[in-house]
This record gives sequence, C-alpha cells and structure tokens, in this order.
Amino acid sequence: MPFETANKRPVHLDLFRIRLPVPGVLSILHRITGVLLFLAIPALIYLLDLSLISASGFHSVAEGLHTLTGKVLLFALVWAFAHHLLAGIRYLLIDIDLGLDRPTARLSAWIVILTAPPLALLLTWGLL
Amino acid sequence: MSRKLSGLGAWVLQRATAIYIGLFGVALLGVMLVSPPTDYAQWRNWFADPLVGIATLVFIVSILLHAWVGIRDVLIDYIKPLWLRVSLLALLALGLLTWGLWASQSLILVRLV
Repeated sequence: MPFETANKRPVHLDLFRIRLPVPGVLSILHRITGVLLFLAIPALIYLLDLSLISASGFHSVAEGLHTLTGKVLLFALVWAFAHHLLAGIRYLLIDIDLGLDRPTARLSAWIVILTAPPLALLLTWGLL
Repeated sequence: MSRKLSGLGAWVLQRATAIYIGLFGVALLGVMLVSPPTDYAQWRNWFADPLVGIATLVFIVSILLHAWVGIRDVLIDYIKPLWLRVSLLALLALGLLTWGLWASQSLILVRLV
C-alpha cells in the first residue's frame, strides 16, 4: 500500500462534523442567496406590474411592504442581494488575482458574511 | 445540444451581467433611499421616461441571463438523472422567458397608456 499515509485523513460526510473553511461557507451562501434571489424574481415582477398598473395597485404594494410580513421579506431580499453582491465583488477581485492568498481570502470572506446582515438591516430601515 | 452560454461564454456573460446588475441595483437602492416616490403619478412617470424604462429593461434581462447561468450550474451540480435535468432546464428557460415578457409588457404599457 504505497499511499497508505495519504489515506489517514477522516472520510465522512457528517454535516455536523465537517468543518468547512470560511471561504467555503461564503461559497455555499453565495449559492443559497442566488437561489433565493432567483425565487424572488416572479414576486418582484408581480409587484412592479401591480404598482404600475393602477393607483390602487401602487397603494396595495406600499401597504403590503409596511406589514410585518412585508418588512421581514424585504429584509430577507435586501440581505440576499447585499450578501450576493458583496461576495460577487470579492469573486471578481479574486478573478484578477486580488486577495488570492489564504489569510486575505479568509478575512474578506469574514467581512462579507458579517457586513451583509447589519447593512441589510440599515437599508431596510431606511427604505421603510 | 447548443454550446452557446456555456464555458467561457457563460463565464463572461455571468460577470458582465453581474456588473450591470450591481451598478443598477445600487443606484436603485440609492434613489429609493434618498427620494422615494411620493405618489403613484411620480412612480409611473419614472418608468415612462425612456431612459429609465430601457435601463430597467436591461436590468431585468441581465438578471434573467445571470439567473440562467447560475441556476443552470446548480441544476447540473445536484440533478443527476439526465431526463430530469433536461426537463428542469427547459422549465427554467421557459420560466425566465415568461418573466422577461411579463416585465417587458408592464414597462411598455406604462409608456403607451
């Protein structure tokens, strides 16, 4: 068995034991927020259509946004957009070899993950 | 199967649309934060402006193309049976096309009526 030493690493897919590095967490969050934003598309087009078609439609959209459900959904949407955008900018910078080394990549991943929620909260508060 | 929107083409398209979506998205957030529409007429007049209308349409089409590349990657990663993958990709394409036409209809009607 010439490769015996290489096989001593644990092989398991236990989600509670896998310790994904931070850039990996960011990567899966980029995917999750992307899917969430995709699911929001028809709802947003519906709201755009409703708000443009008549004055009463415009007012029901405005009222709906100020209900608790509306506020929570808007926060979720703004968070997903903020996270996806910040992570996307990070990936574009990595594309051009900026922040490619491990400490910087970890730091920037932490910055994106930690910045998006308070930023989304601030933006949602400002929008309503 | 068509090789369009795959490989390098998809890679470039994903980034080009991302940049436009990011710029327009930040501008939209900025306008909504600084001077949100006070009534229906003002909201409507924004989108009736040809520049805003076309910039918004480009935004929506960019999102749909971006979603095509992104969701296609997700489907290819997780959906292994070929018949199901192809069916879902077809459904995705049909859905995106429908949404795009729906949004275009709203934005065009604003300028006509």
